Amino acid sequence: MEQVFTLSFLTGLLAAMMRMATPIIFGTLGEILAERSGVLNLGIEGIMLMGAMTGFLTTLSTGSLWLGVAAAALTGVILSLLMALLAVWLGLSQHVSGIGITLFSTGLAMFIYRLAVGSPTNPPTVQPFTRAAIPRLSSIPVVGEAFFTQYSLVYIAFLLIPAVWILLYRTSWGLSIRTVGENPFAADTVGINVNLVRTLCLAAGGALMGIGGAFLTLAHQNMFLIDVVGGRGWISVAMVIFGNWDPVRGAAGALIFGFLDALQLRLQGLGFNVPFHLFLIIPYLMTLIALVTMSRNASAPAGLLKPYRREEKG
Amino acid sequence: MRLTLAKRAPLPGWIQVLVPVGAILVTLALSAIPILAAGGDIRLSYASLFRGALGTRYNFLETCVKAAPLTFTGLAAAFAFRAKFWNIGGEGQLLAGAIAAAWTGIHIGSLPPAAAISLVCIAGFLAGGAWAAIPAILKTKYKVDDVVTSLLLNYVMWHIMGYLLFGPLQMPGSSWPRSPAIAEAARFPVLLVRSRFHLGIVLAAAAVLIVWFINSKTVFGYRAKAVGVNPRAAAFGGINVNSVILKTALISGGLAGMAGVGEAAAIHFHLLMDISPGFGYSGIAVAMLGRLHPLGTALSAFFFSVILVGAQSMSRITGVPTYIAEVIQGMSLLVMLVALLLTEYRIKAVRN
Repeated sequence: MEQVFTLSFLTGLLAAMMRMATPIIFGTLGEILAERSGVLNLGIEGIMLMGAMTGFLTTLSTGSLWLGVAAAALTGVILSLLMALLAVWLGLSQHVSGIGITLFSTGLAMFIYRLAVGSPTNPPTVQPFTRAAIPRLSSIPVVGEAFFTQYSLVYIAFLLIPAVWILLYRTSWGLSIRTVGENPFAADTVGINVNLVRTLCLAAGGALMGIGGAFLTLAHQNMFLIDVVGGRGWISVAMVIFGNWDPVRGAAGALIFGFLDALQLRLQGLGFNVPFHLFLIIPYLMTLIALVTMSRNASAPAGLLKPYRREEKG
Repeated sequence: MRLTLAKRAPLPGWIQVLVPVGAILVTLALSAIPILAAGGDIRLSYASLFRGALGTRYNFLETCVKAAPLTFTGLAAAFAFRAKFWNIGGEGQLLAGAIAAAWTGIHIGSLPPAAAISLVCIAGFLAGGAWAAIPAILKTKYKVDDVVTSLLLNYVMWHIMGYLLFGPLQMPGSSWPRSPAIAEAARFPVLLVRSRFHLGIVLAAAAVLIVWFINSKTVFGYRAKAVGVNPRAAAFGGINVNSVILKTALISGGLAGMAGVGEAAAIHFHLLMDISPGFGYSGIAVAMLGRLHPLGTALSAFFFSVILVGAQSMSRITGVPTYIAEVIQGMSLLVMLVALLLTEYRIKAVRN
């Protein structure tokens, strides 16, 4: 037990928390962008897996990690545009379109991966991202190693939190996005192209989801496994609700999830017989409780789930 | 000039029936792209797919075996969607059913088979139903979105299963996440020699008829439909909407639970972490392709099963990865969605 109450355990735990939270922060921010404009993107789970796959394969064949990240972002954009075609332009059910995108892209990711690498006994690996220490800050005890000796993508994720917040609440683009999400008819009246804004938000969000997937195969691990995303997309959807559609609060939820995930892994690593599955239920229960308690003053965008057809003004 | 969608006059019934067939054909045509990309010859690939799924007696019966869980999860989704209860939690309900069935089957002692099998089925049905009741209660009582809650509960149940298989339900002396075997008496009997054609397939067929009967011959089926079409009007007409949604959830979850019962009691005889390759999620595609009609759902479950089983032999013969089955499955759902849209709307060119 004394191993737990050491500084090095704490440092390692916090560092791992940051890493475990990162893909979920990417996913949560991406989903917030989409939902704030009025589109629930349930394709996220599949999009993250496709991002993980294309990112990995691109790096495997080119040797460039950043090219892999770019490929993952592009994959996310393309799949989100497909989502936009179905759920925005054709006005199909956002639920079913999203599930369809996830089913389709999950199959496609595994298919393309098999096609590219065959079925070798040892799956291929890449040389993953290494951690980059931030000068000065990284020499602070505990905090320095936990927060400022991380992968670049971790820093990017954490910088994106305020960036998305500013975009949504402090820019005119953000105002347009929120108006489209809350009241598309009003937005249309003042000359905002509702479907275009939704498409752009889906695309930008999709890029973030793709990068979140690539983090898993290029930094967190160095290979592609079929269950590499393992529900992190759905967790992100949950964190959006948990965070009340606010990027800062959503990211806080992702950090709680990262903390629990890191804690169970570290305790297991020390040989504790923790029922880690029960640990991993906590974030889901947290979200369910948040859903119930928030339902009375829920602030989901009012236009969420409703396709916009000008001629069908209710 | 730009393109918009305009409502079209209702199409005759026979076209409505043909929509899924058309969607399947379009899906198979589109799936030629990944098959070609994998270097497969199109005619050989599809020939080996269909021969692999339907060509011999054994293969055909294997296709029936795979169709059973898909029929159950498809019915579960179709039954719920018809009342606009968005149950995306089929996977979790399936796992709940499998866990309950395995637990009962392990601890059942020495009952006669008929009693043991009935108990296992009842336990699985109830567990699935209870798990589906949670999102239904959250929806009716607290107005929480059922899609998100039912989806999240899939992972909760997966982790509960993980906890059980690494803990109380783990086979003694084993380090694998695997339960002890289900008692012989509780296992579904194989009904046809030299095959795995088991009792669960008959139960799935019976479930199709029962759901059809509930939907079209009972007051409850009528009410569920009314709630699905317009909950406010249904409430105005004196229907207790919340009660209808809760009952729908119980039956829907129970059906998904039965898929888990079959996998535990007829296929694996143990509870395992990978007891379901995502049958619960596939059920959504099955139901949509079947247009939420029980008979349509059964047919579309069979189609998906043909793809799943056939993809194995297609892969052996042409080298196209078996994951083509998942690609086709996802694609058929997307194509079907668009096809359904085109039955209601037509694309119209508007001059600016």
